[in-house]
Amino acid sequence: MITQLRSAVLLAVGAILLFGLAYPLAGTGISQLLFPHQANGSLGPNGSTLVGQPWTGPQWFHGRPDPYNPLRLDGVSGASGGSNLGPRSRQLVAAVRAEGVRLRRMGINPTADLVTTSGSGIDPDITPQDAAAQVPMVSRSTGISESRLRRLIRSLTVGPEWGFLGPSYIDVLQLNSALARLR
Amino acid sequence: MHFALTLLLLAAVLALTWRYLGSYLEAVYSGRVGWLSRVEGVIYRLLGVDPSREQRWRQYAVSLVVFSGVSLLLTYGLLRLQGQLPLNPQHLPAASPLLSWNTAVSFITNTNWQNYAGETTMSYLSQMAALTVQQFTSAAVGMAVAIALVRGFSRAGASTIGNFWVDTVRGCLYVLLPIAFVAGAVFVAQGAVQTLAGPAFIRDALNGATQLIPRGPVGFMESIKQLGTNGGGFFNANGADPLENPSQLTNLLSVVLLLSIPVALTYTFGKMVGSRRQGLALLAAMGLIFAVWTGFTGYAESQPNPAVAAAGVVAQPQGNMEGKEVRFGVLDSTLYDVASTQTSTGSVDSTPDSYTPLGGFGLLTGMMLGEITPGGDGSGLYTLLLFAMVAVFIGGLMVGRTPEYLGKKIQAREVKLASLGVLVMPVVVLVTTGIATALPVGRAGAFNSGPHGFTEILYALTSQANNNGSAFAGLNGNTAFYNLVGGIDMLVGRFGIMLPVLALAGALAAKQTVPGSLGTFRTDNATFVVLLLGVILIVGGLTFFPALSLGPLLEQLSHGRFF
Repeated sequence: MITQLRSAVLLAVGAILLFGLAYPLAGTGISQLLFPHQANGSLGPNGSTLVGQPWTGPQWFHGRPDPYNPLRLDGVSGASGGSNLGPRSRQLVAAVRAEGVRLRRMGINPTADLVTTSGSGIDPDITPQDAAAQVPMVSRSTGISESRLRRLIRSLTVGPEWGFLGPSYIDVLQLNSALARLR
Repeated sequence: MHFALTLLLLAAVLALTWRYLGSYLEAVYSGRVGWLSRVEGVIYRLLGVDPSREQRWRQYAVSLVVFSGVSLLLTYGLLRLQGQLPLNPQHLPAASPLLSWNTAVSFITNTNWQNYAGETTMSYLSQMAALTVQQFTSAAVGMAVAIALVRGFSRAGASTIGNFWVDTVRGCLYVLLPIAFVAGAVFVAQGAVQTLAGPAFIRDALNGATQLIPRGPVGFMESIKQLGTNGGGFFNANGADPLENPSQLTNLLSVVLLLSIPVALTYTFGKMVGSRRQGLALLAAMGLIFAVWTGFTGYAESQPNPAVAAAGVVAQPQGNMEGKEVRFGVLDSTLYDVASTQTSTGSVDSTPDSYTPLGGFGLLTGMMLGEITPGGDGSGLYTLLLFAMVAVFIGGLMVGRTPEYLGKKIQAREVKLASLGVLVMPVVVLVTTGIATALPVGRAGAFNSGPHGFTEILYALTSQANNNGSAFAGLNGNTAFYNLVGGIDMLVGRFGIMLPVLALAGALAAKQTVPGSLGTFRTDNATFVVLLLGVILIVGGLTFFPALSLGPLLEQLSHGRFF
């Protein structure tokens, strides 16, 4: 029993040194060496292309109506996550209805992605259809022609990876950064 | 159409891992792999273990329990002390005693149920040295128990079933470490973060938004989280968070990783008992249930979300997008969640709480079948073998012969132990769900109202007793009640099955092998697969139907009602 306990303590401590420290630290070293951009969060001057942000006003393309919690700087509420509202939740009916009304008022014909929230609460992407629905609004507000905006959307659409792994999508931050360069 | 190609690719990759990883695992556990034998030798010397000395089942079980107990204490200690320890750039305080208890139990039992949001609760040191490390060892322990049970079948008149220390060290060194390291690099190359530099503060000059982007050692935790069928992610949103599961490629890689070892172990089993067809029969039973559940859940999620439809502002051509990421869409999201609920992984790339009633039913029932389709690393195989013994026993009763499985007579002691292992989980789930719904502290945890609130409670306790870790995450689990009860569920669900399995391994190893005859009930053909499926579905279906009818089924039938 005592020898068992001794082996157990040594293996548990050894595992912490090997898998809890050496493994992640070696991984961090290699990542920083080979993929520094990705390993540090895919950051650009205006944010990470992997972390969605809220966009307001008709001069920008909008992402999904997520809470974008990392925006809050109080720490506790900064966690990612979905709404967790169930499929028969009154609260969800009301939230979707309010979002639909808000989008219509801005001149956007709502799509399903634009009135529902994501699993991460920081979804950085929208589909080409979600972007197309916003073209008239952005064009009116910025004076850039609708055909030019549609070309922009086409040029920034990515996926599916390998031609079949999932849907096509556009990164909203990249889309708006390109839009800012057009103006 | 696209999705069919995804499934084809997945099947092709799994066929390769089945054949080659399965064969490699057999070589590892029989000691024929030695490219790290120097390191291995040093470890055994330090541990004071003679690798050539095998253990009887009781010694094996004592080593396992003592090692798990020590791991539990160390993990608990690290979480309680994180405020005083380094690698804590956010200056996070210690986790509370009950949360630390629940989390420590959760990670040593390969559950990875998380009553906390990682990025705002756990320091980098805790994520690495308290949690990631257990993602290796708990998976290796599960595999060791499965191999010990298979040795029980492949040996005759033997008193020992292997050496726990050797099996655990080999699983970690030769299997988990190399695969997790390579896969971790792929996750980072695709965009998963891997840094110790703390959160990044950024101000967007275009829209004036300020962001504090949480970061950490994520990518290399992500790979072992999936490969070890653990499921506990760095971030609160788990695999939905783009900094953890950034691309369509990593999404598929995750599914491949979490299925690869449980699937491969059926080949290992076949090779060890001297008949690949025996392993193939088990794989067929697993695969059939997995395929039906993937199809059913995918279909359910391709239907409109009732609440979104009731708002009357949009059509939902893709299906239910509430709680799903645009880059994954409905079908690839569903595949990930189905695979992780049926492998006792529990990672999610979309919010189970927001699935349609029947989609949620698909995830929940995937766990209720006992995590055997294909189940967790090791735990899937040994639990399925318990079901196989019950199936053989029932088959024996039907034809009036003493049942045999793989040449071993299945007698009273074996049937009792197998039945005990099969019944522990449903008893724990139903009793604790009953207690939780009867007490105000239990009911207070539910976030959604109506039948969905009950499903949140049932799902949480099913998930923990099955060592899965998937959640209807609306439930507020970080309370004294749920931390305590969940911890008990996880311990009983893990060791309440492992210990009978090790006792069985000992009993079977001691038996002589009976040569097969014409009258032997065959266990490597379609008849047996159907019988096994019948036992699995009847045990799971009958025990849980009443509870399911109060949750997802009632919700599905509540046409036009919202809560």
